[in-house]
Amino acid sequence: MITAQLEMLKSLETESRWKFVDPILEVKDLRVHYATPSGDVIAVNGISFKVNKGEIMGLVGESGCGKTTTAMAILRLVQPPGRILGGEVRVDNVDIIPLTPSELRNIRWRKLALIPQGAMNSLNPIMQVYDQIADSIKAHEPRTPEKIIKERIADLLSLVGLPARASKLYPHELSGGMKQRVCIAMAIALNPPLIIADEPTSALDVVVQRLVAQTILDVKQRLNVSMILIGHDMGLQAQLVDRIAVMYAGNIVEISPARIIYKEPLHPYTKLLISSIPSIKVRKPLQLTSGLTHDLRNPPPGCVFQERCPNVFERCRKEFPFLGEVMPGLEVACHLYDDLKMQQSI
Amino acid sequence: MSYPLLEIKNATKIYSRGGTFFGSKKQVIALQNFSIKIEPEPATITTIAGESGSGKTTLASAILGFVGLTSGQVLYKGSDISLMSKQQHLDYRREVQAVFQDPYEVYNPFYRVKHVFEVAVNNFKLAKNRNDKRELIENALNVVGLRGKEVLEKYPHQLSGGQRQRMMIARAFLLKPRLIVADEPVSMVDVSLRSMILDIMLRMRDDFKISFLYITHDLSTAYQIGDQIHILYQGLVVERGKTTNVIENPKHPYIQLLIDSVPVPDPDHIWNEKLELSAEEETRGDMNSACRFYARCNKKQDCCLVKHPPILYKMDGSDHEVGCHLYKPL
Repeated sequence: MITAQLEMLKSLETESRWKFVDPILEVKDLRVHYATPSGDVIAVNGISFKVNKGEIMGLVGESGCGKTTTAMAILRLVQPPGRILGGEVRVDNVDIIPLTPSELRNIRWRKLALIPQGAMNSLNPIMQVYDQIADSIKAHEPRTPEKIIKERIADLLSLVGLPARASKLYPHELSGGMKQRVCIAMAIALNPPLIIADEPTSALDVVVQRLVAQTILDVKQRLNVSMILIGHDMGLQAQLVDRIAVMYAGNIVEISPARIIYKEPLHPYTKLLISSIPSIKVRKPLQLTSGLTHDLRNPPPGCVFQERCPNVFERCRKEFPFLGEVMPGLEVACHLYDDLKMQQSI
Repeated sequence: MSYPLLEIKNATKIYSRGGTFFGSKKQVIALQNFSIKIEPEPATITTIAGESGSGKTTLASAILGFVGLTSGQVLYKGSDISLMSKQQHLDYRREVQAVFQDPYEVYNPFYRVKHVFEVAVNNFKLAKNRNDKRELIENALNVVGLRGKEVLEKYPHQLSGGQRQRMMIARAFLLKPRLIVADEPVSMVDVSLRSMILDIMLRMRDDFKISFLYITHDLSTAYQIGDQIHILYQGLVVERGKTTNVIENPKHPYIQLLIDSVPVPDPDHIWNEKLELSAEEETRGDMNSACRFYARCNKKQDCCLVKHPPILYKMDGSDHEVGCHLYKPL
């Protein structure tokens, strides 16, 4: 029965794709806590994952699961009362956790760029598009000659599908979709190998969202840039990502290729997530879920999902299920699959 | 003679904004000639769908009496809400309730959440004594799957978005409304908790005969729970009818584009074709403009520039109507 399940999973996605050749990002045992008067909230509980070159990885989960905190930690932007307790974040083979502020300035925007949530609302309202992009280039590469900046900005605008005249416009003269594309242009200005996009289309209408998503795909294909796409719209994720990492209460519970996760989610939480997506193609009865996340200050011993899990059994309440590989590219943190994981390590 | 529960006749709302010292105020037509009838029975969930700028929020505000219309009427049980007597108005306020998008800002953060129920019960004198009040509130909470002892003594920030929103629905339910206007009730709630709230709306319709006006931009959830749907674009209805008909068989080019652009959660089912940039450009029309969608339409014809908004053409005898010259009867 175990072999049958493995065979079925393998038929959905070819293994060789996921033998890690060249990770651009390697996160190992990352821990982030937030201090509160009544104890530390464990926002990120020792997570590990890799992102390959030229890959878009989705990072999904409910609000409060730790996905934005993870992004902030990778960028070393965690502010007090948050703090990084430990772990490694290797960007292009350099662990950035111990770096000094000036060393970080070298990394940011050159190796690692961010499109933050609500980015389009944080464009400077009194600067033209040209000046804003030029600003971001000069902040990280101050000695770039003006002529090169001009050429670069022309290239960037064309890459994101904005007309050349957009460079002379102010943010309020742009639509939501256009503003977001300016933010994408700013993120790729120095050609970083890795971009983190936090809900890049959340405030946009459906049609505009499609246009911006198209732009993201275009950019990825032409520059071969890797991306982490944070979001909760599972429909949008399916259109864009190669693999998805699912987070719950500060832990990664599953990492799976997109083709597999939508058809055969393994972790009970992922199953819940997938089944609760409303469809525009099929009218089906609503899937209900129950229960709440536990208090993040006092996680119960064992699995963090035990209170809500329909498949919970005794082992779940005692032993913490670690993220383990079921096949190359597919990892799950759940005792239901302990046997599959053992099979893999043989 | 029996009146519809809610009837809106040719509602138009025009906002004037801008204008320099030298004049030239700009007019924005938020809503134009909108009409709808919601019958007292059977209880239904009517969806008003549209993107931002479509006029759906203006419509909700007009129905709830927050803004006045430029022209047209909102009639509740036959009476114009802007001309109601004090008693009629009180009844209206009780029978037409609202649930809003943001489940946090509706609470006063200084009070425990039980405060919202107390205010409702006291204002409308719903209970004779403490015990009655407690029972009333407990029943309302049970309908939404919550228990008083778990939530009433908490402060808003101690509850999840889904719980806060459910409490707001419970508060509306407490007043025994005939109609609940729900303006994007799930868009700020986590995806895995949305079904729960939508399910509550369905049960309130079926078990308690409460009708809903579900206002949203999310066609997927509209598809799951709506009976009838009206889709707005720049203040005008472009298509309406039975939800399943409209979403499974959209006729208006705008609706076809919209439905085609909803991302399907299946990596083997990507968007059909690459969208051209013209799909995004948009100009806002004025009262005498022709079809608002002309600039973005891939099926436009000369007649679409004729100077009147498209009338709604009926599709083969059903209540499915489209505001597009493609469907002009020959």
